[in-house]
Amino acid sequence: MEILGILIPVSLGLGALGLLAFVWALRGRQYEDPKGDAERILSKEWDDRPKP
Amino acid sequence: MSDAALHDHDVRLSACPACDAAPLAQRVAAGAGAHEDIILSLPTIYCATCISDVERALHAHPGVKTARVNLTLRRVTVDAPGLSAEDLIPVVERTGYEAHELDPAALSASRADRIGRDILMRIGVSGFAMMNIMILSVAVWSGAEAATRDMFHWISGAIALPTVVFAGQPFFSSAWRALKAGRLGMDVPISLALILASAISVYETIHSGHHAYFDAAVMLCFFLLIGRYLDYRTRAVARSAAEELTALEVPRAFRVTPAGDEPVPVAELVPGDLIRILPGARVPADGEIAQGTSEIDRSLLTGESVPVPAAPGAVLSAGEVNLTGPLILRVTAAGRDSSLARLTALVAAAESARGHYTSLAERASRLYSPLVHLLAFSSFLGWYWTTGDLRHSVNVAAAVLIITCPCALGLAVPAVVTAASGRLFRRGMLIKDGTALERLADVDCVVFDKTGTLTMGVPQVVSIEAIPVGMRPVALALAQGSSHPLSKALAQALRDAGATTVELEDLREVPGYGISGRWQGHEVRLGRADWLGADHGAGKISASWLSLGEGAPIRLEFTDRLRPGAESCVRELLASGRRVVLLSGDVAPVVQELAQRLGLAEWHAGVTPTEKAATVRELRVAGAHVLMVGDGLNDTAALAEAHVSISPASALDAARVASDIVLMGNDLSPVSDALETARGARSRIKENFAISVLYNIVAVPFAIAGLATPLMAALAMSLSSICVTLNALRLR
Repeated sequence: MEILGILIPVSLGLGALGLLAFVWALRGRQYEDPKGDAERILSKEWDDRPKP
Repeated sequence: MSDAALHDHDVRLSACPACDAAPLAQRVAAGAGAHEDIILSLPTIYCATCISDVERALHAHPGVKTARVNLTLRRVTVDAPGLSAEDLIPVVERTGYEAHELDPAALSASRADRIGRDILMRIGVSGFAMMNIMILSVAVWSGAEAATRDMFHWISGAIALPTVVFAGQPFFSSAWRALKAGRLGMDVPISLALILASAISVYETIHSGHHAYFDAAVMLCFFLLIGRYLDYRTRAVARSAAEELTALEVPRAFRVTPAGDEPVPVAELVPGDLIRILPGARVPADGEIAQGTSEIDRSLLTGESVPVPAAPGAVLSAGEVNLTGPLILRVTAAGRDSSLARLTALVAAAESARGHYTSLAERASRLYSPLVHLLAFSSFLGWYWTTGDLRHSVNVAAAVLIITCPCALGLAVPAVVTAASGRLFRRGMLIKDGTALERLADVDCVVFDKTGTLTMGVPQVVSIEAIPVGMRPVALALAQGSSHPLSKALAQALRDAGATTVELEDLREVPGYGISGRWQGHEVRLGRADWLGADHGAGKISASWLSLGEGAPIRLEFTDRLRPGAESCVRELLASGRRVVLLSGDVAPVVQELAQRLGLAEWHAGVTPTEKAATVRELRVAGAHVLMVGDGLNDTAALAEAHVSISPASALDAARVASDIVLMGNDLSPVSDALETARGARSRIKENFAISVLYNIVAVPFAIAGLATPLMAALAMSLSSICVTLNALRLR
């Protein structure tokens, strides 16, 4: 059962990582235009370098 | 639910555009110094290529710093200091997409975004907590014992308590407001269950008990927040679309000054100002014509379909449309004093008379909250009476509260409303009010306005047979020279008949009378009867006369074109057994002709705005649930008076604000479909209530008997929520 001492913090840490990613995406206004983002990925325009 | 209703009520009370105009003007004035982004509406973009086309074109334009298209809202935000929307619209239109200026002051997007992000954040946090606690709970349910169980409970508690405090805030604050107002909303039992479940779980954990309800408390937050979010989304989408309609009409007037015309916000006009009204523009304030002659379309105010002539000295009201010649108007009343504002005061009065509609959800929660509290309290008393075990009794009471908690109830209405309004939105109907769908389901009587609602308010030539084929090119050349609606209709009809145009000499428009030109030495004229020396006769049907130099002038009759889908809509409504009434401010022969064409038995002509509202009120008092469909200022009071109301997007701002549903397209046929969808939605809501009650009936006896386990609570909660959501999705 000692393994729990490692596994529980690991699982909590992974969950927290997911939560942080979600908060980051939310703060970065990535939920503003879901339809547009779904379409933008199909465009080749900024494939070689990021949009300034 | 009740908060949402209150909020909507606030929005609806601001039905007076003139009252809104003043703060709007202040905001515009305040923003004038600071640099603001330009927002353009792009109604026709739909794809990845559209996005890059528009952005590339704008970036290539000198002076544009950044341009970002939002496909969800179909808008582009441009940061271009020193440039105005007029400079950028042609740039976008050259790429082949329509663009319209939006008034940034009328869009409250940033505030709405913040609320949405706030709820999403709470959903994310409670989702994270729920998943982690579930991992631990599964271990406890499958038989973890003694020290392991206690440790798992402690860790669960450490995650759950902060989560409940953070994610449960919307419920706590709303419950507190309800309690202060002396009501028991849906949120009071929710908050009580959250607090009691957390407290009893902490107590049990300290005393190494068997059952802790941390998972249930967090799960409750998660599901209910999803319900809240759906509710919020539906209203936000409708609000942003409604705001966009308002923002499209940037309220500006052209004031005549010695230095030339200057554009000013309508709210800054004062009596005595001289303003220029160009042909095709809407009159921004009440006034008297100081200079110029023209014809005036009053259909939005009175329902009359025939334009009236206007000469110096004539009195115009705000909302009328100037048709042919430029006018200079001396303002007599603006803003609050204008006839537009006075009519909207009528709307506000009717609004308060309609009172507060009690939604199905409110009725359900009124029944539900006392019952749940009573049930929990009596099971606590019962257990304490028989066993004298305080700890066990509180445990049972908490279990009852958790099991009966309205997870499914909280999702039952928002999920259905989201699905139904999404379906109607795709068909071109915008639901502005949360309870409009439910009210729409009650409708048994439909009242239509004529001009602009059943008809397009655009004239159509009855027949061009009267014009000799050889003379049609001349007629077309004349008709093309004017922007008067009758001329435009004639030109269209002639072009459709294959006529080509000829060169005319000395072509000139005489505002208020018609247009004349010289062809092969003859003078040819198109216009009013008296100008051409003809007798118009007694008929009130719109007519224009054509004089071709030789012989008597030719009479050309016009009718108003039916709105597409009007016939099928009326037919379906009559077929479904609903009463259909036509109320129009127009003259009797025109209304009668339309009523016969549509097969309507009940029609009233020459009805004033107050009479319209009175008729609707009489119908309502007689027990009918009236749906009012109208577009003009003369309809606004009736729209507000009716049980539920619809206006087309072409309607005047005040009419759109007064109505619950806005029809985005030109087609009227979605109206009859909407009634069916609304009926469907209402029965889904009722089914959803039945499903959640069923789960309660099965699970509550276990809880009262003290046999409920956290596993059972988790199962009942998630299963009922999923059932309810799936049932709602059947509507799509």
